[in-house]
Amino acid sequence: MSFSATAIPAATDADEPLVRIQSVHKHYGALHVLKGIDLDIRPGEKVSIIGPSGSGKTTLLRCVNYLERPTRGQIFINGELLGQKQGRRGFVELDDRSLARQRTGIGMVFQRFNLFPHLTVSQNVEIGPVKVLKVSRAEARERAIGLLGKVGLAEKRDAYPEMLSGGQQQRVAIARALAMQPTLMLFDEATSALDPELVGEVLNVMAQLAADGMTMMIVTHEMQFAEDVSDRVIFMDGGQIVEQGPPSRLFGAPEHPRTRGFLRAVLQKRTMP
Amino acid sequence: MISPQTLALIREWLPQLLVAAGQTLQMTVWAYALGAVMGLLIALGGMSRQRWLSGLCRVYIEFIRGTPTLIQLFLIYFGLTSVNIVIPGFQAAVIALGAHYAAYMAEVYRSGIVAVDSGQREAAQAIGMRRGQAMAYVIFPQAVRIILPPMTNFAISLLKDTSVASLIAAPELMMRANDITSEYYMPMQVYLLSGAMYFAMSYPLSLGVRYLERRFGRGRQLNLNLA
Amino acid sequence: MSGGGWVRAYHLLPDFLGMLWAGAVMTVIVTAGGFVFAIVVGLLLAALRTGRSRLLHSLIYVYVEVFRAVPVLTQLFIIYFGLGAIGIRLNPIPSAVIGFGLNGGAYLTEVFRSGIESVNRGQTEAALSIGMTRTKALLYIVLPQAVRVVLPSIANFAIGLLKDTSLASAVAAPELSFNAHMLVDRTFLSTQIYLLVAVFYLAMSLPLSAVLHRLERGAARSRRA
Repeated sequence: MSFSATAIPAATDADEPLVRIQSVHKHYGALHVLKGIDLDIRPGEKVSIIGPSGSGKTTLLRCVNYLERPTRGQIFINGELLGQKQGRRGFVELDDRSLARQRTGIGMVFQRFNLFPHLTVSQNVEIGPVKVLKVSRAEARERAIGLLGKVGLAEKRDAYPEMLSGGQQQRVAIARALAMQPTLMLFDEATSALDPELVGEVLNVMAQLAADGMTMMIVTHEMQFAEDVSDRVIFMDGGQIVEQGPPSRLFGAPEHPRTRGFLRAVLQKRTMP
Repeated sequence: MISPQTLALIREWLPQLLVAAGQTLQMTVWAYALGAVMGLLIALGGMSRQRWLSGLCRVYIEFIRGTPTLIQLFLIYFGLTSVNIVIPGFQAAVIALGAHYAAYMAEVYRSGIVAVDSGQREAAQAIGMRRGQAMAYVIFPQAVRIILPPMTNFAISLLKDTSVASLIAAPELMMRANDITSEYYMPMQVYLLSGAMYFAMSYPLSLGVRYLERRFGRGRQLNLNLA
Repeated sequence: MSGGGWVRAYHLLPDFLGMLWAGAVMTVIVTAGGFVFAIVVGLLLAALRTGRSRLLHSLIYVYVEVFRAVPVLTQLFIIYFGLGAIGIRLNPIPSAVIGFGLNGGAYLTEVFRSGIESVNRGQTEAALSIGMTRTKALLYIVLPQAVRVVLPSIANFAIGLLKDTSLASAVAAPELSFNAHMLVDRTFLSTQIYLLVAVFYLAMSLPLSAVLHRLERGAARSRRA
């Protein structure tokens, strides 16, 4: 089972990162949420970002498709500067249309699903291809049915989102993002809003996507999932990357005391009755 | 567009228009007071257990809300003359507008009272309050927060609606503007000027409404959270 | 009340009904025209308000505040008599449609704005994340949801507009109230005629209220869901 042929990014140069984050800072007024993040992500790599709430991990993820505008620093996707262009005097904001074009290559899955409640499940998946990519309705429909089949919801295609469980809604949201045939998928605590018994079905879909070779950035609280699926795990705290490495090393032998403290607290919570 | 001659004329009109604006305010205040009192009676009547009374209040509200203010005004002003009751224009306008707004205000009172959780009434009675006491000390103070913004909104629309009274030649701002227009035939200047005076009276009120909505909107949510 | 008046009114009833019917048709036309005009203005300005232009924001704010703070009768007089005096002569019906359209447009701009604001920000973000521009996100995702939220307010506006069109009689638009004045001038049967006119207005507004109640119930249900 494969989600899409374009999941393997087109970048030919293996050294060229798909995502390059360069000394990104984010301020909200006096609040300094990101304090200089540098991060490269290779094509096909799966990176999990963990850390306590307020560590800036969600903000970082939202910067990668420019839902948040970095106060300082740059992000490059496939070598292309995101959301800005070089003006005569420094960087200027990209116009709406160009920004939208850049975003088509980046899929995002939200904690609260954000399905469009006035559209059916199938229409939720079709609307991007039809309105943005100008794909014909018939082709978009076909693509939607295929993707909904892969997330196991083909029979729900004419239902409205409110009739679905949270887990089902999140799977539709993943299909909606995949319909744009992105080269990068961002997951913002995709299972945090779900009842515990519904977490598994969403994680399964994400694991399948990972197995297909999709490049993924995953902000998550599911440590076991991060360990199983990721090539690299990043621990963030206080708006900085504290430590990163392969999951076996980061979970097995964390170097930084803050990482150890966080993991101890999380694992303790999980084993508590 | 404003030549020195026009400016001189405006200076001539202004005192008359200011006096008329005062009459507009008076009409607004009287009609508002009438509407607020009548509205409360209608709201209480509508919640009465006497079927005929609540039915009557319902019919009144539907009739008023289903017909234009203008027609109500004409019924009171012209209609009553046919039974030899002659009411001067100003008073007729106060009665018509008051009776009109009473129907809308009654609905606001009712929704304010209904919106206060029935648990509040029960809690008040549980600590030994009588019906009237529960109403006065528990229900009413909470309902006030809900009804205050729409009630202030009514003051704004009532102020504007007094202009309708010009059509029965009641003395107020619009009527004075019509008179000056027919004398000088400069409708654009006169109506813009009188429009500016309406704006000067109603805009501060609408800022007030926004303040109340922000303040009580938040207060109300807070209350619900505590409840 | 002299019984003679009622007898006379009874005999003249066919005349009355004919003239009032013609007026009622015109009332519906003015209401429909003003309604469509106001919806277009309201939607357009509420949509423009979501943009980032400060100047546009200020202009829309001034328009909304001014048109809401001044009586619609004054606005009608400025359009009909005021513009007429400076050489822009409009007939009563177009004047009324424009007047009520601009006045209602100011009101509906606020209504649509609040509807747009009631739609969760996540909806826009999701739309942007699948590559929509802000305009597309507004058009295909936010507005359809916003309109549903504000349907009761729009129905309420329509009822108010229907009754407000009676003011068009003051600029001699031959609608229901104007025709009623004509009949009163001719027959002096003011009570009988204005009561009859009230019935005409009720016959038009009560069905609209029924629609409103249904919409409100629907809105309350979807809020609970």
